[in-house]
Amino acid sequence: MISAFVSLAILGFLLGGGLSLAAKLLAVESNPLADELENILPGLQCGQCSFPGCRGAAEALSSGGTDITLCPPGGTALVATLAEKLQVTADFSGLEMEKPKVALIDEQACIGCTKCIQVCPTDAIIGAPKLMHTVVPDACTGCDKCGPICPAECIDMIPEAEIPVTLQSWHWPKPEPIRAAA
Amino acid sequence: MKLFSIRGGVHPSSHKSLSSEQPIRAIAMPELLHVPMRQNIGAPAEPVVAEGESVLKGQLIGESAGPVSAPVHAPTSGTVTAIGDYIAPHPSGLAGLTITIAPDGREAWAELPPPLDPETATGQEIADRVREAGIVGMGGAAFPSSVKLGLGTSRQLHSLILNGAECEPYLSADDRLMRERSEGIVGGAAIMMKALGIPRAIVAIEDNKPEAIAAMRAAASGHGAIEIAAVPSRYPMGSEKQLIQVVTGVEVPAGKLPAHAGVLVHNVATAHAVHDAVRFGRPLISRVVTVSGGAMAEPGNLEVLIGTPVADMISACGGLKGTPEQLLLGGPMMGVPLHDKAAPAIKGNNGVLALSRSEVNPGAHMPCIRCADCVAACPCGLQPLEMMIRIRNEKLSEAADVGLYDCILCGACSWVCPSHIPLVQYFNYARGALRDQDIVKQHQDKLKGYTQRREERLERIARAKEEARKARKAKMAAAKAAKAKAAAEEEATDA
Repeated sequence: MISAFVSLAILGFLLGGGLSLAAKLLAVESNPLADELENILPGLQCGQCSFPGCRGAAEALSSGGTDITLCPPGGTALVATLAEKLQVTADFSGLEMEKPKVALIDEQACIGCTKCIQVCPTDAIIGAPKLMHTVVPDACTGCDKCGPICPAECIDMIPEAEIPVTLQSWHWPKPEPIRAAA
Repeated sequence: MKLFSIRGGVHPSSHKSLSSEQPIRAIAMPELLHVPMRQNIGAPAEPVVAEGESVLKGQLIGESAGPVSAPVHAPTSGTVTAIGDYIAPHPSGLAGLTITIAPDGREAWAELPPPLDPETATGQEIADRVREAGIVGMGGAAFPSSVKLGLGTSRQLHSLILNGAECEPYLSADDRLMRERSEGIVGGAAIMMKALGIPRAIVAIEDNKPEAIAAMRAAASGHGAIEIAAVPSRYPMGSEKQLIQVVTGVEVPAGKLPAHAGVLVHNVATAHAVHDAVRFGRPLISRVVTVSGGAMAEPGNLEVLIGTPVADMISACGGLKGTPEQLLLGGPMMGVPLHDKAAPAIKGNNGVLALSRSEVNPGAHMPCIRCADCVAACPCGLQPLEMMIRIRNEKLSEAADVGLYDCILCGACSWVCPSHIPLVQYFNYARGALRDQDIVKQHQDKLKGYTQRREERLERIARAKEEARKARKAKMAAAKAAKAKAAAEEEATDA
């Protein structure tokens, strides 16, 4: 009876020790696939995918826990890259393409509380305590972290201003697809 | 001289006889001249005159804005009536910044810089003069010529090739220039050779221009170092890399400049402009343009001031015969559609074509039958159909892997395609779309940098707070200890 307890206890300690040693010596610091995916993601930490930052999203993607269409700032280009990386096909069904948005502060209503400045992941809002704030549209990713936190409810998400096509930026359109053979 | 062969190429019917026997002639002064600020590859020029100002012929009106840019000069004397957007001679049909001048008819010249003596001037002086004169490549690419002249200082060049191939059908502007102004072209070649210390020059002319070859031979007879080479007539002989290959036998590697092969290539019209700038101090304010096509009443070669509307050129050639099927700027192979006849002539524009129905490739394109005619025609050894299929399926980076950026956009593949597939448009589209993707990527990288800097800053603040807290704690502990010690001592003295 006692010998059974003792031998099992010794076995338990030995195996447990072995496991903990193995965990220390052979540890993989982090998921290498998640690392790669984190590099591919925009890295804006905006949280629009409902994960805590791009690292969380990368981990969920690497374990297949989420769709590759999760990241609005990345757009379709990111979806294509992820689809290639993860060897899956992109599924856009049930999704609707939205125009890129940026935040706009109603400067008349702003009370200068700096709350939005503190949450903005790209430092796109400038201002100072008790002074009016404003958004630098070029740096805004449209993540809408600032909207819900504003006590004066003076932040709106508006469609991004369209950049006019100039002689420098114009390029030839893609040729019309071939007509179906008669 | 010994010539080498190139791969691919096509033989479109030349149609050059429509205009090649017409001498270069000037046209009546247009009512308004619209001088675009963007006439070169690189940064557009910036206006230096104000609305309402009077300008003299040859006066600087647009300053070059950066290392790859070219200044713009007033083509005649008159008044600046507008500075603003005006339709550009561009396939998009968009408008660009343009200075509009109402000519006063006096043709009064501004004070020009003094003539340089090519024998005594240094290479730098000549390159500076070419830059100040606003000279750009006049064969169509419109790359600022002074930049090319500056390259010689970093690399020893063994040959200057003057491009007189003019391989595009219909065009005869360079042909006429070589026949009528051969002295100026040879003079320009000699100046560029002197400026860069290049020992020899070769003027390459397609053998379908025997009169031009004879005229250039006669003009160059006094210069031992300038040879005339009659190269076979095959499109795209006038492409820079192909011409180098025919003349020297060296293929310029992918992504490298001709200077890599020890060669510098300039168009014959550019050489003529260099001659005028150095010998007479004249800036580039006019050029020879071929106005031709089956729908043009009297095709010809016109010397037009920069900024002359296309409509004036057409009416100087007797107007149009009926409605043309297609209006083009440049040749039929690489030219671009012209949306509005109000668009002006620019430095890089060598032709205006009004093509009739029988001259235009019939409309709708059909599926690729993989005949590989385009592969045989490609002068760069690419597989246009493979690139096209990738681009059609939006696999743009794969198209880049199979040679999208080695393509010279000559249009030989589109021309031979039995299914009339607009291959070059696919390639143009893919290059533009890849450039757009690059811009988006750069923007995202910038935003990523903002986020990273913010995170670093927050970490730094947290660390500083932590340190301050620790320091405060240590200070409090020390004060407590001191107090305790004092109390103990007091107790000891009390005892």
